[in-house]
Amino acid sequence: MSFVLPEASANAPEVDALMLALLVISGAVLALVFGLMLLYMVKYRAGSGIDRGAIAQKTWRMETAWTAATLVIFFGLFIWGADLYVRMFQPPADALKIYIVAKRWMWKVEHAGGEREIDAVHLPVGRPIELVMTSEDVIHDFSVPAFRIKHDVLPDRYETLWFTAVRAGTYHLFCTQLCGASHSSMVGEVVAMPAPDYQKWLEQNGTSETLALAGQTLFMRYGCSGCHGGNGAGGGQAGGTVRAPPLIGLYGSPVPLSDGTVVTADDLYIRDSILMPDKQVVASYAPVMPSFAGKVSEEDLVKLIAYIKSLAPRQRS
Amino acid sequence: MSTTVVKAGEIEGSYLTDGTTIRSWLLTTDHKRIALLYLGSITFFFFIGGIAAALVRLNLVVPEGLLNSAETYNRLFTMHGVIMVWFFLVPAVPVTLGNFVIPLMLGARDLAFPRLNLASWYLFIAGGALALWALFLGGSDTGWTFYTPLSTSYSQGHVVLMVAGIFLSGFSSIATGLNFMVSIHRLRAPGLTWYRMPVFLWSLYSLSVLMVLATPVLAITLLLVALERIFQIGAFDPAVGGDPLLFQHMFWFYSHPAVYIMILPGFGVISEIVPTFSRKRIFGYKFIVWASVSIAVISFFVWGHHMFVSGMSLYAGVVFSILSYMVAVPSAIKVFNWLGTMHKGFIHFDAPMLYALGFIGLFTIGGVTGLWLAALGADVDLTQTYFVVAHFHYVMVGGMVSAFFGGLHYWWPKITGRMYPEMWARVAAMIMFMGFNLTFFPQFILGYLGMPRRYSSYPPEFQVLNVLSSAGATILASAYLLPLGYLVWSLFRGARAPANPWHATGLEWQTSSPPPTVNFVHTPVVTQGPYEYPPPEPVQQHV
Amino acid sequence: MSESAAPHDFQYADTQHQAQTAIAGMWLFLATEVLFFGGLILAWIYCRHWNQAGFDAGARATELWIGTLNTFILVTSSFAYATGLAFIRVGSTRGLIRCCLVTAALGLTFLGLKFGLEWHDDFANHVFPNISDFKIKGPEQGGARLFFVFYFISTGLHGLHLVGGIGLVTWIILRARRGEFTPQYHTPVHVVGLYWSFVDIVWLTLYPLIYLIGRG
Repeated sequence: MSFVLPEASANAPEVDALMLALLVISGAVLALVFGLMLLYMVKYRAGSGIDRGAIAQKTWRMETAWTAATLVIFFGLFIWGADLYVRMFQPPADALKIYIVAKRWMWKVEHAGGEREIDAVHLPVGRPIELVMTSEDVIHDFSVPAFRIKHDVLPDRYETLWFTAVRAGTYHLFCTQLCGASHSSMVGEVVAMPAPDYQKWLEQNGTSETLALAGQTLFMRYGCSGCHGGNGAGGGQAGGTVRAPPLIGLYGSPVPLSDGTVVTADDLYIRDSILMPDKQVVASYAPVMPSFAGKVSEEDLVKLIAYIKSLAPRQRS
Repeated sequence: MSTTVVKAGEIEGSYLTDGTTIRSWLLTTDHKRIALLYLGSITFFFFIGGIAAALVRLNLVVPEGLLNSAETYNRLFTMHGVIMVWFFLVPAVPVTLGNFVIPLMLGARDLAFPRLNLASWYLFIAGGALALWALFLGGSDTGWTFYTPLSTSYSQGHVVLMVAGIFLSGFSSIATGLNFMVSIHRLRAPGLTWYRMPVFLWSLYSLSVLMVLATPVLAITLLLVALERIFQIGAFDPAVGGDPLLFQHMFWFYSHPAVYIMILPGFGVISEIVPTFSRKRIFGYKFIVWASVSIAVISFFVWGHHMFVSGMSLYAGVVFSILSYMVAVPSAIKVFNWLGTMHKGFIHFDAPMLYALGFIGLFTIGGVTGLWLAALGADVDLTQTYFVVAHFHYVMVGGMVSAFFGGLHYWWPKITGRMYPEMWARVAAMIMFMGFNLTFFPQFILGYLGMPRRYSSYPPEFQVLNVLSSAGATILASAYLLPLGYLVWSLFRGARAPANPWHATGLEWQTSSPPPTVNFVHTPVVTQGPYEYPPPEPVQQHV
Repeated sequence: MSESAAPHDFQYADTQHQAQTAIAGMWLFLATEVLFFGGLILAWIYCRHWNQAGFDAGARATELWIGTLNTFILVTSSFAYATGLAFIRVGSTRGLIRCCLVTAALGLTFLGLKFGLEWHDDFANHVFPNISDFKIKGPEQGGARLFFVFYFISTGLHGLHLVGGIGLVTWIILRARRGEFTPQYHTPVHVVGLYWSFVDIVWLTLYPLIYLIGRG
């Protein structure tokens, strides 16, 4: 067994540096406390004849000194930890997205190319990865100790987690939020591979359909195209009976809503619009879209979102 | 310290001999007898929770889990958590030692509301009975934290019954806290000003504030959980627009202050023991006192540090992190002040002092590892692992249980009128310290290596440390059985205790051991501070 | 709550010391209650923030006239009780008993209107939150269900507190009939009054939350 955990992600050395600092500070504090305690136990034991001298009456100098010292050290640790934390949870724009759907008691993983796997995540080394995670039932938690990352996975919302793997290898994936009987079996592995190997893996496991293509099929099957148009161009103008907003170029753009506010069309917005269409109605459209809550599974939602995301205007892509 | 004491022969008998029927115990309103009723109850729950812990450690000896049932394992650690938190740690010191000593320290006859005191014991018993009933039926597998939607929609266990038991014991806490606060405000003896109160009273006052103001939030939260589970509707259900994070906020709004409900009385006990056995005034009295009060206040605003990876906003995480560091400052102040008290003292190594020294050491380890968890970047890695388990056991078991045993030995002569066997007690204290470290120190390393908590099976590379931990647990368990044996023995065979065996200064030592039902024949008058030991001169060793 | 079987226990210096202690205990108990209802109301406001349309739709399905009438009844009952307290301060046990009877009767009227009539109508209107044919359909359904979760829990808890209050007022009546209260000693009357007013104040918080906000 080993007492060292591999530093397999770009932020792992940073976390370890913080923990090393904490270890040094803890060691110093413990040495001081245990040292003084042992010293006094010997020196001031009742039987020792040592001259105690005068006992200090005023204590506030000492009190102020050690209060100030602890405050300064604590504040330093706070800044260090907070800086790291804020960076750890702000994914860069160019990250490779992988979708995770947690379910008691397995991890379902979908790659942008349509590759699917269970309880394993293959990913390339040296490239920022952003996980978009949701749960079909209770709260789970996606944790990879070798990457020093962890985040809860909640039902009915998307949580994200990002990292850059720097060392090829196979690492533990744990669910670390109690999720019921087989909680401790909800484990898997994260396989970080050099970019060429990853390409090879994609080709071997590739399906004919990318996530977006599969989403396009679903877009027809669920009848979305009836109102939003066969290619998401929007309905109403070209003879459709119902006016529905166009979806081309929607992803990532600001959307004015009927209540006057503006939201950005991200994964969660699109998800909510499918499941709860009346909650955020696009300005100048009637709230006529039926809810798909309970009809579309989390995995299909991921595909639909991927399809809508792929409908970027030509000139931008 | 006071001008009046009970003189020998002035009053016949003690509270123990004042009525010997079962009825005279079950319907008593005497705070001292109620304290003993509580002592019996929490000892029972401590061993129930202990058995669960032993089975948990047994299971983890082999990677695939010796019990070979994840469901059973989940129910065991849930039982361990629920029983230990609500039926041992939260009540342990306040309702036994606190209940017994507060009126004595105040120079009062009883608490402000004696019948409410008895009622709170019955509420506690009722709550405990419900929880035990739930255990008897098979328990619950949600963990003591009852996170939704697992607890409301998915768990197969007896969640509602378990929650109802905790709900009732919560009202017992509220009644106790209320009684303590009013007593300390209204029943101080003439001359007992706030700054002449022993630190123990200040600690219990601070924790009472937490009990009175935080527990009702737990009550309403658990009520919402139970109703949501029964009717399948509710505030925490995302399907109708509720939010499981709301549950976590409400739960931790109680459960973080609850951590201080558990540890503050420990601070109080240690602050009594260290000056007594150092024969010296406590160092920085006002700083210790105000540290307790500021812990009580700040602890209401740090609950979010349990939720750094829960999906709460990043900014909230940053705010909760700095507040968590703020609440650590007063704890550090206390540790330094206890060391300051030992400085230039005349230190005696009786069993209570050994427990106190153990407390200071173990609590400091628990405290500094808290700094790791408050540092956001490190918490992301460490939270939900065995590091957290080790951290809070160092504070709760290493700290709080040591303090409980220290206090129990310290006041045992006062409570029972008998001395415990000193040699056995010292041996038990030292075995406890070693067994504890062997059990829980390996868990820090396990946590750093990434072993998640609440796992019934684990990858084989974690086995060595787990076996070490389980080995330590057997030592720890035998150390806990020792006091049970020799303390019961001392009830019958122990030497008769004098009124003040430790040559301590507190008001409780001015009356006889065990005290008469009325505590003091004449109301004492207090003329000086709580720790006025005579100026340094060789003090003779007590018998 | 009050430990006052004998007007003077050994642990108190005098009756006034004892009275003030009992009153302090009740205030502290009310602080606990504030946190109990406070948690519920905070959760309510939090959920409403995320589901405003649904909560507003729920509020429109409540029966404003019963709520308003009940508000008047409860405020009047507090007034009646306070009058009773004034009576015993000048030594009129008869006045105290009469006022307490009015208080208890008004409390019972409130309960009758609330649970006999209003809850009955609510069930008939299909607004109990876990039924399948919930009255409010469409996008507001989820939020409206949540609104009625809070509605039923909060009014139920408030009702239980009121039942406790009526019990306490009855206890005051029985003790007053035995002539136990005097202008010098009437601590229990005072303490129960604090509790009754608190239950009243809880309702004054619930009333706008249930019936007014979002109705317009």
